[in-house]
Amino acid sequence: MGAEFLFQGATIQRLLAGLGVTLRISLISVALSVPLGVVMGVLFTRKNRVLRAVLRVYLDFIRVMPQLVLLFLVFFGSASSLGLNFSGEVASIIVFTAWGAAELGDLVRAALEAIPQSQYDGAFALGLTSKQTFARVILPQALRSLLPPSVNLVTRIIKTTSLCMLIGVVEVVRVGQQIIDFNRFDYPMGALWTYATLALLYFVICWPLSLLSRWLEKRSSR
Amino acid sequence: MNWDLVAEYAPLFLAATRVTLVVSAGGIVGALVVGLLTAVVRLWHVPVLSQLAAAYVEVSRNTPSLVQLFFLYFGLPKVGILLSQEACAIVCLTFLGGGYMAEAFRSALESVPLIQHESAQVLGLSRQQAFRVVVLPQAMAQATPALVANVIFLVKESSVVSGIALADLMYVAKDIIGQSYDTSEALFLLVVFYAIILIPISVLGTYVEGRFSHGR
Repeated sequence: MGAEFLFQGATIQRLLAGLGVTLRISLISVALSVPLGVVMGVLFTRKNRVLRAVLRVYLDFIRVMPQLVLLFLVFFGSASSLGLNFSGEVASIIVFTAWGAAELGDLVRAALEAIPQSQYDGAFALGLTSKQTFARVILPQALRSLLPPSVNLVTRIIKTTSLCMLIGVVEVVRVGQQIIDFNRFDYPMGALWTYATLALLYFVICWPLSLLSRWLEKRSSR
Repeated sequence: MNWDLVAEYAPLFLAATRVTLVVSAGGIVGALVVGLLTAVVRLWHVPVLSQLAAAYVEVSRNTPSLVQLFFLYFGLPKVGILLSQEACAIVCLTFLGGGYMAEAFRSALESVPLIQHESAQVLGLSRQQAFRVVVLPQAMAQATPALVANVIFLVKESSVVSGIALADLMYVAKDIIGQSYDTSEALFLLVVFYAIILIPISVLGTYVEGRFSHGR
């Protein structure tokens, strides 16, 4: 079949190491975007018009631009305009954090706005402070509707980190290309099998998360 | 920022806009067709095809577009399937978008109450007629906001085709940065041209969402 090279030498270890870089970028970005997104979402529900306008412009810009454009802006743009030389991986983490925070911020906003005023009034009538109201009444309810799309966002971030190879990050797709090049003459079918393997690796990570997201959604809508 | 250079490079980006639009449009049309067929096959529980459709949706939604594209462009020629760059790009966006469109159609089709199907059949419509003139129009109204969101998603995803050296907006920007280091000018034009394409669709999406959310 011509796929033996996948099981020879250190090929599998190298792919897994590449996958490690993919997951490192994704998880650091997710970890950073959760607090930022929550803060952004809460700020969004404030009445301050200027604040909301600024957040709106930020959110719309991040959302309307392809992620690859954002990667180029941070990787090449910050070097040429600001004199900041980020490594590819740092640039990627900045972009995916900014993107994750924007998307999550919008989800938090929607979740908070969906909670009826009567919940706040009820908590107030029971004598809860505003801090207690947020932590014990609002947050647990918001979390229920927030969780499914947030898990979905994680899979989107993991999938999109494949673009990092286009700014020179040696993550799993890039490692796959190196393996194809290395085996070019001995295994001409290498490209077919390697890209299929890469697709499988992503699928094995993202599919369970998609199922989890769907399960959470079904459960919260009950 | 050197505005003379911006003016000099603008025509290159204009030509690249055509590539981005052609590839995106091809992918969007393909994705709509594949998505609708996939959703209908699943709705009617066609044996075998329905399971295949479900598997297809999961694969297309849970693997990165870049890997799909590289598989099509570098992998498939090894088994004798040779596609041009444009064809690869359009097939890739169709494959990717089909899964997303299928989910949008499916949730919309499922939201049409059973009584609509039954009433149509009581009135003497065949199953196909009932689907075509009663169920589908109602489902389309439901699906439109999600479909527009997918259209935006696909135009954005079309930027990955620069990875197989197709001269879209992304590729032209990369080329200028690599050849002449006019990074600021190239990035400025890149953002402006994507904004010109995407902001109108995005505004349309917001309008459509407001319009179709009536009566819910």
